[in-house]
Amino acid sequence: MLDVRTFPTAAEAAGAMNDDARFLGGGTLVMNRVNYGDQRFRQIIRTTDPSLREIRTEGDRVAIGAGATMADLMRSPETAFLASAARAVGGPAIRNMATVGGNLMAPHPYGDLAVALLALDGVARMVGGGEMSLEDFLSQRRGIVQAVLVRRPAGDAFRFRKVSRVKPKGVSVMSMAAHLNRSAGRLSDVRVAYGAMGPTPVRVRAVEAALEGASLDAAGIAPALAVATDGVTPPDDPLASAWYRREVAPVHLRRLLLGEDAR
Amino acid sequence: MKTPVTFTLNGAEAAVFVDPGANLLDVLRRGCGDLSPKYGCGQGGCGACTVLIDGEPHIACLTLAEVVQGRTIQTTGGLASGPDLHPLQKAFMEGFAAQCGYCTPGMLMSAKALLDRNPNPSRAEVEEAISGNLCRCTGYEPIIDAILEAAKQRGAA
Amino acid sequence: MAVEYRKDLFADERSDDLDVVGKPVIRQDILGHVTGRSPFYDDHLYDGLHHMRCARSPHHHARIRSVDASAAERMEGVVRVLTARDVPVNMNTLLSLINFGKDDEPLLATDKVSYVGQPILAIVATSVRAAQDAVAAVKVDYEVLPHVLDVEEALKPEAPVVNETYPNNTFDYFEKYDHQKLRFGDVEAAFREADHIVEGEYQMSPIEQAPIETCGAIAAPETNDRITVHTSTQALFFSVGVTAKQLDMNSSRLHFIGGTVGGGFGGKVDSHHEPLAALACLMTGKPVKYMWDRAEEMQVGAPRGGERWRIKDGVTRDGRIIARQFTGFFDAGAFTRLSSYAVQKSTGHLPGPYSIPNVASNVYCVYTNRTPSTAMRGFGITAADFAIERHMDKVARAVVMDPIELRILNAYRDGDMKAHRRAAKNCALIESCQVVAQKSGWGLSADAMRASSMVGGGQGALGLVPETATDEEGRIGERKRAFLAPDPFSASGARGRLPAGYSSNNSSALGNAPQREDMEAEVERLGFKGGAPALPQPAAREPEPRPAAPQPFYAPQPRYAPPPPPAHSTGGGPSLPSAYTQRPAASVDSAPNQPPTYAPPPQQSAPQPPAPPAETPATAADHFQRGVKRPGVSRFISGRRR
Repeated sequence: MLDVRTFPTAAEAAGAMNDDARFLGGGTLVMNRVNYGDQRFRQIIRTTDPSLREIRTEGDRVAIGAGATMADLMRSPETAFLASAARAVGGPAIRNMATVGGNLMAPHPYGDLAVALLALDGVARMVGGGEMSLEDFLSQRRGIVQAVLVRRPAGDAFRFRKVSRVKPKGVSVMSMAAHLNRSAGRLSDVRVAYGAMGPTPVRVRAVEAALEGASLDAAGIAPALAVATDGVTPPDDPLASAWYRREVAPVHLRRLLLGEDAR
Repeated sequence: MKTPVTFTLNGAEAAVFVDPGANLLDVLRRGCGDLSPKYGCGQGGCGACTVLIDGEPHIACLTLAEVVQGRTIQTTGGLASGPDLHPLQKAFMEGFAAQCGYCTPGMLMSAKALLDRNPNPSRAEVEEAISGNLCRCTGYEPIIDAILEAAKQRGAA
Repeated sequence: MAVEYRKDLFADERSDDLDVVGKPVIRQDILGHVTGRSPFYDDHLYDGLHHMRCARSPHHHARIRSVDASAAERMEGVVRVLTARDVPVNMNTLLSLINFGKDDEPLLATDKVSYVGQPILAIVATSVRAAQDAVAAVKVDYEVLPHVLDVEEALKPEAPVVNETYPNNTFDYFEKYDHQKLRFGDVEAAFREADHIVEGEYQMSPIEQAPIETCGAIAAPETNDRITVHTSTQALFFSVGVTAKQLDMNSSRLHFIGGTVGGGFGGKVDSHHEPLAALACLMTGKPVKYMWDRAEEMQVGAPRGGERWRIKDGVTRDGRIIARQFTGFFDAGAFTRLSSYAVQKSTGHLPGPYSIPNVASNVYCVYTNRTPSTAMRGFGITAADFAIERHMDKVARAVVMDPIELRILNAYRDGDMKAHRRAAKNCALIESCQVVAQKSGWGLSADAMRASSMVGGGQGALGLVPETATDEEGRIGERKRAFLAPDPFSASGARGRLPAGYSSNNSSALGNAPQREDMEAEVERLGFKGGAPALPQPAAREPEPRPAAPQPFYAPQPRYAPPPPPAHSTGGGPSLPSAYTQRPAASVDSAPNQPPTYAPPPQQSAPQPPAPPAETPATAADHFQRGVKRPGVSRFISGRRR
């Protein structure tokens, strides 16, 4: 039998976490497991803390509460640049429930929003203090996140793309995000991240390095396309084989970088 | 240990005791006797259990029941007002937008959420609104047509 | 939703008073659907409803050494654990209700499991969660056995036995053959005459029906010693019959309520939930629900089975297919369910909608350690059609012909004799091809556009049942006795099976193998009525010697004139052999701009027809008026093409 414990503050909820517990955010991941009788946990821990849903600007960054839903991101003017990535998650009902924090915990092939957050140099601010890069957080996925801080991109520098077989709602064959900073007409300090191309969303350092100093045109990005899947280990799953993912990744990367639309 | 939960269901006060970990779908169906939302997958993939919480569509089977304490829930069971069908119900009826009928309550709730917010949606907006609802027999086109027709009828009324 | 009617086609054969087709209809059950009040099986509330879930095999194939449910039995909320010993008649096969096949599947596994997800025991508890927890606490000691997941691997003599009822890993047909046979004419002789041999292999995967409502049943005790069962079944009387059989009780005690099905598509006929729920209800005295969750629906729910087809065609250079040979493998999974029937259905469908005078097929219903497969939307037909139509395209490339024209050339005409010895009627493939070509702007030759399903059918030998080569290959147990004849035609090398139509004594079957009694056409079953010449009745036939001369293996008169050379460079698309107009005299009369008339072809005097050796051949013309014309009855229903 299960036990549900509700706390007024996130700090108390975090303090109550243990190996036999799952933290319930929007419910889309945890309740799924509950419905299927998952034997790995017996406790559900949740909080009614309103601070988890806050979205606010902190300097050149935006702090997004881990309890904010995809629908919140689409509504809030602070996070307009994330609207396309938030819309890529589920259907409208799921988006009213699924949270930013949950997206960080979502198993393959889910977690499209986390790809966008990675490309924006996301930082996980943990409940009770402490910050770590999203990359580090994704490698261990432990603890309760209070908020994710991301850089606010300039103009059209942020790109997001989700490839799925079913539209408008389908599970990712892959998702991709890029933050294309420019300096004197050349790409500089670029971030590129993939989803559904490994156990967790990942940054693609080979591509980032190949784009450093390049011009954002077909010739300039060619070296990056050549290393599009260097260092990633895409999985075989019912949606696509690893082979297929490797084959099409350069095509989608090109469309992402050049802003070519192909729905 | 059961937990008491009170909320408004289709305009009436509801009070139930829920098992720990119970989802809203079970509570609505077995606790409240509203059998209109359906179980299809238990994982948010099919949308057959879609209900409106405070006017917004939610997946009932993924909603921990005690989360809805004090909130307002609408289901297809409360869509008609007395003997008068909602324009969406009429349009689904006349447009053959249901075959087996199992996905219909969820479709209707997603459509209602859309029309309440956007009385004159485009076809693409309708597609987006029901994108979380799977149908295996009717095919989506008659459903989309019916939702657009209901919007038209409501606009005319 | 505009539907366009082509009223020029078959205009004299149907009434034009259609007032339903193509228009939305107010369904009789729609009010329940739009108000959420349609009573699906789960929409029945019972106080104290219990829930049942099954412990399932994690292995493809394993012997069960022991099952320990003692911890589960002691858990809070657990009411009863059901095992195979609790089931009065544990073994069943669905079609035993119509005396087809042997009981081969246990409701709950006893000594071994043969597929992932096979139920071993069932736990009844007061909540879903209690049942789930108890299932997780069941300990099963397995001895994992070698498994086989490929149909042809399963046919090898050394393959593990999947299903002890059928130790050859094949369903037994007529207690004689390990496959379903079709023999029509002599494919081997025709292959020797053909200009091209075109071979192909086609594979179709299993497909899950995936209804939104998962399968399930609620069984509840009534006050009169009956049990009410609300079920999602698509086959209520199958479910009643199976439940009565497996519970060994009179069906008058079973009050089954169904009919409101949340999508089925064939996946809700297997009748496994009802006996188990009813048994649990009997043993606990409580209302019990047995419902699959989505994961079970996808993993355990029987899909459309995978199929593999090999096709070998003999084709003349002008595009006529004169022989077609099939080898088919249906993946039944671990147990029969409906696959035995799917194979028969499929065999009846061969060789597709084409007039091919020599056809042979061997189709196997094969057991593998996969989820048992069952019905789904045209099962037995769709994968065969996929293979056939892909193969038609391959043939078209081989003879450098437009693929649609190839189909028109070979399509059934009314009156052509089909491989299963019924005259073709209501043919419409030609017209369908023409309309598709028109709509898609695909150029067809004028001859192809003039062709008609109603003209030229049943000419000469194409209207007759040919003398047929038979064989005794593929008798039950042959493979296991390891007598394996090489397969001289298979591109994949020796596979331990002879090709269809191959005679096991290696003689040319034609000419010296008398046609078997059961392969002969029964005239009264062919559907000739009315003005046809009197045909000899089977009883009247004397055991006279066959004509000494070998029988033609396809129409002795060319059905089509030789084609002109391919003309792909001309603008209007490739053209068909001009032979469309060289059908019998009656068709020459139908000018291109007039609707085709349907005149009986002239009586044919030569060549001598093969069996039956009658004076006048059965020309399978227009005399298959099936319906009774009554005043006021639509001709569409009772007309001659129906």
